[in-house]
Amino acid sequence: MKDVMVWVEQRDNRLMDVSLEMLQKATELAAVLKENVSAVLIGNECKDLADELILYGASKVFLIEDSRLQLYQSGPYVRITADIISEVSPEIVLIGGTSIGMDIASRVAATLRTGLTSHCVDLYIEKIEGKDQLVHIVPGWKGNMMLKIICPEHRPQMATVRPGVMEKGEPDHSLRGEIVSINPDIRDGDFKAKTLEMVHEEVEGISLDDADIIVSGGYGLYSAGGFKLIEELADAINGEVAGTRPAFDQGWIPENRMIGQSGKMVRPRLFVSIGASGAMHYTTGFSKANVIVGIDRNPKAAIFNVSDLGVVGDLEKIVPCLIEELKK
Amino acid sequence: MALNIIVCIKQVPDPEHFDKISIDTRTGSIQREGILSITNPLDRNAIEEALRKKEEFGGTVTVLTMGPPQAKKSIEDALAMGADKGVILCDMAFAGADTLSTARVLSVGIRSLGDFDLIFCGNETVDGATGHVAAQLAEFLDIPHVTFARRINIVDEETAMVERSIENGYLKVEVKLPAVISVLKSINKYRLPTVMGIMEAAGKEIVELGCSVCESAGITEGEIGIRGSPTKVLEIFEPPQRREVEMIEGKPEEIARRIVKRLHELEAL
Repeated sequence: MKDVMVWVEQRDNRLMDVSLEMLQKATELAAVLKENVSAVLIGNECKDLADELILYGASKVFLIEDSRLQLYQSGPYVRITADIISEVSPEIVLIGGTSIGMDIASRVAATLRTGLTSHCVDLYIEKIEGKDQLVHIVPGWKGNMMLKIICPEHRPQMATVRPGVMEKGEPDHSLRGEIVSINPDIRDGDFKAKTLEMVHEEVEGISLDDADIIVSGGYGLYSAGGFKLIEELADAINGEVAGTRPAFDQGWIPENRMIGQSGKMVRPRLFVSIGASGAMHYTTGFSKANVIVGIDRNPKAAIFNVSDLGVVGDLEKIVPCLIEELKK
Repeated sequence: MALNIIVCIKQVPDPEHFDKISIDTRTGSIQREGILSITNPLDRNAIEEALRKKEEFGGTVTVLTMGPPQAKKSIEDALAMGADKGVILCDMAFAGADTLSTARVLSVGIRSLGDFDLIFCGNETVDGATGHVAAQLAEFLDIPHVTFARRINIVDEETAMVERSIENGYLKVEVKLPAVISVLKSINKYRLPTVMGIMEAAGKEIVELGCSVCESAGITEGEIGIRGSPTKVLEIFEPPQRREVEMIEGKPEEIARRIVKRLHELEAL
């Protein structure tokens, strides 16, 4: 078998969206390779999630259920995943790049002594020297350059992709697949790093992942009286507040509202960027929005290279007018 | 209780100057002339965390890097912050390493140093930003790892409790030592070297290890550097800019009116 495999993440017995995004990409890659899509799902009493994965394109789901595996446990999760990969020998393994996905991907790749890339923004098959290779397009130096990477000799070819970078498909109820339940061989020594508890912390507003409209501010607001303008505009336009790394450093936004390569990758219908020059590591975070509006004082700001609509001018004059106009 | 802590650090190009990175059109390789090198910022948080644990429990802090000869500067900075000893893994044979090959060489260097209780790393570097190395290093050393650490409490000689960040919360993880833990920026505020620290650093030992350390560990040249790296960079290119911007001009009121109109037309509102 030369499957395209997805390592699926569940939390609180719910599938992470990014895993469905990976299934969609796996389906595309498998179609090119004329191979099947398989998935690995680890958790506790989560067979219904396995059924769901089939509707999203997995023709085979390796299901591992155990009460001790309810939460992410790096030791057994890594060993079980690596064992299945060794057994099945997939050509490609995709993992959603959450903080947990990054963790397991790194160690599984090291266990299998194979190559891994992170934060891929594109993945496709190309014939290189007569062999089908997975091409990983990865931003480097905070997105100032892009790297084209392959893993020519080692298998599987492993990649992580951050949430929101790729699109998930629609569930197809006509799809059928097989669920292979595997009894985990869990040993005491597996829990040298033992997750005792998952603690949820309240996040204000809706998650940026689900936001249709995002209003994001940068350091340029410093002289325009701070972030209040952004909050008012977000209110008026029914959007969510976000910001750049400097905005986070100023304490204007919490870390989970920071847009960019080291923060959130979003794809809203409308993204409005205000008072941010448009450094690559920031713009990478919203380059897939449907419509982008850039407003900045500096006519040469890089933000205008990635915007659909651009405005040059004083933020403290333009933004209040915009708020007024939106309230009409 | 005394803790023997190793901190893995990396010298990276200063991210403030990343926009100056260009491609040499003749060779297709990266041109980073005139860009200063710094210690990866998160690695400084890792050094700080090690120093705090040493201050609390006693012990030693050893900083370790793999890199070209000039990476010694990052070791010296760490010694000036208060680390006790530096180790640099430096050999042409290590060049061109991806994360797997890097983790392998680091593990060999660490094994050659003897016993340790903890290894700290920054959670990721600003240049590659893969975040792989901590977990991969732990795999080569066959010890547990915890990444994304935002708080570390040492419970006893054998156990640490770690708050490990996840999206919208954290995991409470109990980890047996020795272990590799990679830290986030929020874990602490790192100190800057003092004049006294810089003076004291001059008297501290920096050990240089070459690829003979790999040979004695039974690691062949095919397993290190570019040859030991499963991933290959085929090409580096500038990111495409896809959008054609429509500039809206006029008085603020007029601009506002026209933007809202265009947003309706584009079905963005």
